[in-house]
Amino acid sequence: MNLALALKDSAVAALVSVALFIPIVGMVLDGRSLDFQIVRALVIVGGVFVGRLLISLLVQSRAGRLVNWALRPFTGLGARLTATIESRLLFFLLGAAGMLILLPFLPFTTNYLIQIVSLTLIYVLLGMGLNIVVGLAGLLDLGYVAFYAMGAYSYALLAKHLNLDFWTAIPIAGMLAALSGCVLGFPVLRMHGDYLAIVTLGFGEIIRILLVNLIDFTGGPNGISAPRPTLFGLVFSRRPEADETTFHDFFHIDYSASHRYIFVYLVILVLTCLAIWIFTRLREMPIGRAWEALREDEVACKALGINHLTTKLSAFTLGATFGGVGGALFGAMEGFLNPSSFTFIESAIILSIVVLGGMGSVTGVILAAVGITLLPELFREFEQFRMLVFGLAMVFVMIWRPTGLLRLRRKSFARIAHADR
Amino acid sequence: MAGPTVPKVSRGNPMYILAQQLVNGLILGSIYGLIAIGYTMVYGIIGMINFAHGEIYMISAYLFTIFLALVAVFGLTSLPVALLITLVATIILTGVYGFSVERIAYRPLRGSTRLAPLISAIGMSLVLQNYVQLAQGARDQALPPLYQGVLRFGSAAEFVQITHIQLIIIVVTVVSMAALTYLINYTELGRACRATQQDRTMANLLGINTDRTISLVFVIGASMAAVAGVLITFNFGSFNYFIGFVAGIKAFTAAVLGGIGSLPGAMLGGIILGLSESLFAGLVNTDYKDVFAFALLVAVLIFRPTGLLGKPEVEKI
Repeated sequence: MNLALALKDSAVAALVSVALFIPIVGMVLDGRSLDFQIVRALVIVGGVFVGRLLISLLVQSRAGRLVNWALRPFTGLGARLTATIESRLLFFLLGAAGMLILLPFLPFTTNYLIQIVSLTLIYVLLGMGLNIVVGLAGLLDLGYVAFYAMGAYSYALLAKHLNLDFWTAIPIAGMLAALSGCVLGFPVLRMHGDYLAIVTLGFGEIIRILLVNLIDFTGGPNGISAPRPTLFGLVFSRRPEADETTFHDFFHIDYSASHRYIFVYLVILVLTCLAIWIFTRLREMPIGRAWEALREDEVACKALGINHLTTKLSAFTLGATFGGVGGALFGAMEGFLNPSSFTFIESAIILSIVVLGGMGSVTGVILAAVGITLLPELFREFEQFRMLVFGLAMVFVMIWRPTGLLRLRRKSFARIAHADR
Repeated sequence: MAGPTVPKVSRGNPMYILAQQLVNGLILGSIYGLIAIGYTMVYGIIGMINFAHGEIYMISAYLFTIFLALVAVFGLTSLPVALLITLVATIILTGVYGFSVERIAYRPLRGSTRLAPLISAIGMSLVLQNYVQLAQGARDQALPPLYQGVLRFGSAAEFVQITHIQLIIIVVTVVSMAALTYLINYTELGRACRATQQDRTMANLLGINTDRTISLVFVIGASMAAVAGVLITFNFGSFNYFIGFVAGIKAFTAAVLGGIGSLPGAMLGGIILGLSESLFAGLVNTDYKDVFAFALLVAVLIFRPTGLLGKPEVEKI
């Protein structure tokens, strides 16, 4: 036990935190004068000193080694999860998701809960889409929100200008997003990883700026209303318009506002399960293997005759399609869209779902999506600290598990071929 | 939108408007260039996009205003002395922020996957933004104009004006660039930086403390961002906790434009970006100047993927 060293480390940490926190936390700008709040800054500095000292002492002690060891076993579980195992578990996974069909009919379920779970499912769907692009194909896309926005606004605008209904607009919104992914992807996919990241980030910003500034077309910052979904022409409103039939009249039940939420929720659930299934199948298909191979070594792939441009482009386009469908569903759920739902932060959240969950893994992405959307809801009282804690969590999860919670590993191809026979 | 805006120009002769926008663009461009240095150096040495760099710049604007108010509290009346003290204090403390960010969020991830530090950086950027918002409040902060002097060229009705502050910005930018170039090219520290950038393992074997060198690069980048933050606050006088994001992506665009990893490239990219943005805003449309900046970036990357001054990347097999 080296107490002197621990004390020295803590003193240095405290000194640095004095420089960090005294000016920003301790002196609050109030017009031209300063509002001194030194005490709260000193509390933080003290916290840093004590915390650092405790960590130093803990790491040196037997208990610390135990904690260190206790954090390890998780690695074992993650390491054993392979694509093959996950594919075999898919039915359990989808079955578990299928249980969620019952959620709206449980006694304690509220509209609020249904909306939260719907949002989580949309994030799972988006996570699957970005997982194709980042997780499988290894293309770093920081502007994924552009396709999400594309889908959402396509849905709203198609309904507004062309009078298309829910079921027609959703696939068209997906296709339009795919088209934009393809058009964007074509010139930029030649670029090396990080350049691609910054160009896609720029693209995301361009879409957002257009949404804000094309006021006549998109409604600008005031937003645009997205149409309510319909079930085979049945509308979910209390009173029907001229030639409409309402859902509750048709089935002779009492009107309830939650019918609409439940309906959208079920559509989202089905489409998300479909997305999970498509993703798992894609991963096993030749194209999925080509994506992963391209991620690992582009030169070798070219030498083996894989057309790297069309392969990357297909990943980008498919990812964009998922994003577009997710956006359209988001539009249908919210009933109202404005550009502030499609900022960079959204891209960052989706990307962190993929990376925190573990690239290429389905289970990990689902877990991360659930964590990222549900945890903030649980801590609603601490609303103002939400993003701060979210950021800290991103940093610490990355330090603790740099490859994500469940990093998907592939067994060598030879062994898989052997095992399957 | 938050972030540096282009000041209004006088109406009249298009030549004067053009000249005025060139001046404004140059000012904006030097700011972008100063921030871009932080991106380009960090990318050059550890190959990661330091997403939190824009927030470091934002923090420096706060630090500057706080120190200026603090100096006033202590009753220092001579403005140049006060400014000098404030500038130095801001640079040092922003450097501490740069150091701490690297120490907490990036050093544990050294030698990990390529995406891990990026996610960590995005997280850090969220942390810094929300930390400042919580500590200082979400409202816009304003700094009263400190110098009012203006140089005017042309007649009374039609003129190009350069404020004294803009002149100071140009001088300070040139001085900091010169100091940085000297530091990198002619000192022991600079040699260590360049060696680490070329081959970290070899530099380590030759007895260079690469961890310390990387920390140093973060401190230098943060100091340059601090100079930019001080200058921009000095010039426009208003800021909030969100300015870092836009300035950050613009500066990164500038770094890529000039060729990432190259110091003169960062400055060149910044000035080209500032000029073209300012000309576009003055002559075409203000709303779409950011769209134009990104379109320019895409065009440069398609035709010259390594940026203007970047070295072509040779892929070894």
